[in-house]
Amino acid sequence: MVKVTINEIVCKGCGLCVRACPKSVLALSKTKLNAKGYHPAEVAVPEACIGCASCARTCPDVAIRIEKE
Amino acid sequence: MSVVFEKTQLLTDKQFHYCPGCNHGIIHRLVAESIDELVKEGKLEAGNIVGVAPVGCSVFAYDYFNCDMFEAAHGRAPAVATGIKRAKPDTLVFTYQGDGDLASIGTAEVVHAAHRGEKIVTIFVNNAIYGMTGGQMAPTTLVGQKTTTSPYGRDEAWCGAPIKMSEMLSEVPGSYYIERCAVNNNANILKTKRAIKKAMQYQLEGKGFCMIEVLSTCPTNWGLNPVEAMKWLEENMIPYYPLGVYKDKGAEQK
Repeated sequence: MVKVTINEIVCKGCGLCVRACPKSVLALSKTKLNAKGYHPAEVAVPEACIGCASCARTCPDVAIRIEKE
Repeated sequence: MSVVFEKTQLLTDKQFHYCPGCNHGIIHRLVAESIDELVKEGKLEAGNIVGVAPVGCSVFAYDYFNCDMFEAAHGRAPAVATGIKRAKPDTLVFTYQGDGDLASIGTAEVVHAAHRGEKIVTIFVNNAIYGMTGGQMAPTTLVGQKTTTSPYGRDEAWCGAPIKMSEMLSEVPGSYYIERCAVNNNANILKTKRAIKKAMQYQLEGKGFCMIEVLSTCPTNWGLNPVEAMKWLEENMIPYYPLGVYKDKGAEQK
């Protein structure tokens, strides 16, 4: 089980994490807007996550935290 | 639950002011994590770190690093770092500079710092444009690249070819370790971190001048979205600015 936490306040919706994910787990939210006016990234397919941390390493705002069981 | 990845303590809680997709954030994190690891390995005291921030987009870098920081005049970060390192030789001193700061107004400072073999680490972020001032042509702008001051693309006959700092400084006898990296994918992000950490280790061992050039995107001023900008960097910048180690006196001696 992998837990991906995205800090939606800090996220600027750049989409680099979506590009980096090898399993297409992440997507930019189509409904949510954060205080900065961006569509934050969200975990769309949590069960596909392998916990490689590629998204977290590429995030320019260090908004992703990853925990593994 | 074990933590696989979290924000390093060497970065403050302040949110980056950079545009969405700007690579500065990634490079800040790599610098902070490298320092953090050296502290945890016991090679460095936590209070013995001084960074020198430049003028440019990363002018507020002093707000983001959880160590002592100094704000230098435009381009003068290597000169300031020289003073700090000579006064306090046990300190880890690094400068963080963009291409407008290092390759344009501050070229003299960095060339002379390298010639003197100052024991400092310079992180040089090259995004081929002046970001903060609104996307004007920089010395590192590629031939044919459109900017606000080269609307028809950079003309080599008129403006010359883009300056290659890593190649230039690797010819300087005083430089110790020069490498060019990028943060366009996971493998390159890890390589960049390894390079930054290696440079800092060389400094702690009292070796000479080290510079890590990191290719970066500027989605806002390139007029591309962050994902397209990464692709543009891979297709245009990396062929002109080849990645790799340009000089490593430590490896030559082995």
